[in-house]
Amino acid sequence: MSLVENYNPLADPIYQVMDENGMVNEALRPAGLTDDLLLQMYEEMVLTRMADDKVNKLQRQGRMGTYPSMQGQEACQIPIAHNLKKEDWVAPAFRELGIMMMCGVPLVDIYRYWGGFESGSKMPKGVNVLPVSIPVGSQLLHAVGIAWGLKLQKKSGVTVPFFSDGATSTGDFHSALNFAGVYRTATVFLCQNNQYAISTPRAAQTASRTLAEKALAYGFNGIQVDGNDVMAMYAVTKDAIEYARGGGGPVLIEAVTFRQGPHTSSDDPKKYVPAGEREMWMKKDPIARLQKYLQTKNLWSEDLQKEIDVRGAATVEKAVAEYEATPSVQIDELFDYVHAELTPDLAEQKAALQKALYK
Amino acid sequence: MVEALNLALKQEMKKDPSVLLIGEDVGIDGGVFRVSDGLINQFGKERVIDTPLSESGIIGAGIGLALSGMKPICEIQFSGFIYSGLEQLISHAARMRWRSRGRFTCPMVIRAPNGGGVKALEHHSEAMEAIFGAIQGLKVVMPATPYDAKGLLISAIRDPDPVLFLEPMRVYRAFREEVPEEEYTIPIGKAAVVNEGSDVTVVTWGAMRWLCEKVISAHGDKASIELIDLRTISPMDFETILASVQKTGRCVIVQEGSQSFGVAAEISARLMEKCLLNLQAPVERVTSPDVPPPYLRGEMLTLPSEERIWRAIEKVLNF
Repeated sequence: MSLVENYNPLADPIYQVMDENGMVNEALRPAGLTDDLLLQMYEEMVLTRMADDKVNKLQRQGRMGTYPSMQGQEACQIPIAHNLKKEDWVAPAFRELGIMMMCGVPLVDIYRYWGGFESGSKMPKGVNVLPVSIPVGSQLLHAVGIAWGLKLQKKSGVTVPFFSDGATSTGDFHSALNFAGVYRTATVFLCQNNQYAISTPRAAQTASRTLAEKALAYGFNGIQVDGNDVMAMYAVTKDAIEYARGGGGPVLIEAVTFRQGPHTSSDDPKKYVPAGEREMWMKKDPIARLQKYLQTKNLWSEDLQKEIDVRGAATVEKAVAEYEATPSVQIDELFDYVHAELTPDLAEQKAALQKALYK
Repeated sequence: MVEALNLALKQEMKKDPSVLLIGEDVGIDGGVFRVSDGLINQFGKERVIDTPLSESGIIGAGIGLALSGMKPICEIQFSGFIYSGLEQLISHAARMRWRSRGRFTCPMVIRAPNGGGVKALEHHSEAMEAIFGAIQGLKVVMPATPYDAKGLLISAIRDPDPVLFLEPMRVYRAFREEVPEEEYTIPIGKAAVVNEGSDVTVVTWGAMRWLCEKVISAHGDKASIELIDLRTISPMDFETILASVQKTGRCVIVQEGSQSFGVAAEISARLMEKCLLNLQAPVERVTSPDVPPPYLRGEMLTLPSEERIWRAIEKVLNF
């Protein structure tokens, strides 16, 4: 019996492999989760945090648009990428820089999107990542539909929609999980319970004890996992994806984490996050936690950190330079993708706008 | 019209294995209007699929099906129930090509019975095509005859982008018309000049076409009326309207839906922009008033009638 099948969301404690001090329950550590892989994921999480923080800095300098930082949610997004195959699909919400980058979306395109260039949402060929979806909860149905379509076409592929606790209150969350249950789609719902939907805390969002247990009502299982524990996230997503790929049906993962930053760059969480709550969560930080483990294994040193930081900074700076060299938005780009072909009305409006703007 | 639509679905499903039909009661029941009658027997329950009762779910999952390489035809039982699916329609189906710069597309058809005049319950008689026509990236088609229904539905299924296909309920079984057995298409975005005339242009679409034809039968001796059936709401074939009004100098627009912010207003504004000096009279609209569609006892009070249409024609002729 697989880990996700075995878990009882109504009774079992939150699934954890590595505690806040980096102490590991080796019995739960999955095969394949080597120290080398952990070291790799450590560097990927550090890079994610640097890339994310860079947007915040650029935003404050007026070089970026409004941005929803994902700081603190790195362990929800990096490990799962190692368990996905090329045939799988990801349907992100908007706080998903980490998983998007890991699945092959160029960092420069992520920057372009948040910087206000439509070209940022053109995913490279072969990268099965849908563009950012801002209406909360709406992308879950797309992931279910894709998995359903693959199943009907006898193709394999698991779909993973990303969303947060707020999305579980939407009608589309209900419809998506319901459709997934009825058609047994290979969908792994990844809910990052980051405790807040803008200012509304998780407790005000639903009377359910956990979000994971909601899966039971749709005829499949859910599992609550420590979303700041990179080992637990690796183990649970590996198991859930294999289970779905093998025809077991959908799984709901509730990754319990914390949004360390504001909702977006336009928000101030000091207004609504009670004193001490953030500090409490900072002690559970996913990157610091993995670093503690690596230290106990003598796999981390200040010198290594410097190397990682230098490599990360180079990657980020290269993306920033490319982003800042993005050509200005052209009228063509705005009209040419509305339909497969320009309609007579659009052709006329485009010509009129070009004339008005450029004479 | 029901049989014509059924035939179109059957032929396209036979021709293209990626076409599938999803919706509430579309399987064994054949849809509440029987448009998909018998299709489940021919194509099986993996291609004619009864879904849970969720319009947002049908359209949202339909988007995913399209992204996966299939061509879903989503049936919404009545257009008055589509509103919970509007977010999926507006924010995703109609925008996926644009958002992804052509990398992801949503070739899908959303079919829905539309309009009143059949003594149905509340929410079953809506004619809100103006709302849908305002959605960027969405094509909105509304056939008025069985022949057009078949040809336009085949075009909609083959279209590379999402098409909202509104079927006038009042015409479903109103009369019989021979429809060719073989496949044919009618281009989306092309209106039909149904009756040629020189005194006044009447523009209409959907079930209202039949009232206008009756007006022509009754009053054709008094005025030479050119009748245009729009057939596609968006993208609109304004060229055909313009050519006609430049000839006649007068225009009456007959719209089943309520008056303000409608398709008729759009046509009227364009006539002002393009042929003000050709106009011999102000453009006249015959529409329902801006009230919710009345229940079955009162619905005929608000819907455009032959008499109101003729009076509007007389008004522009005598201006």
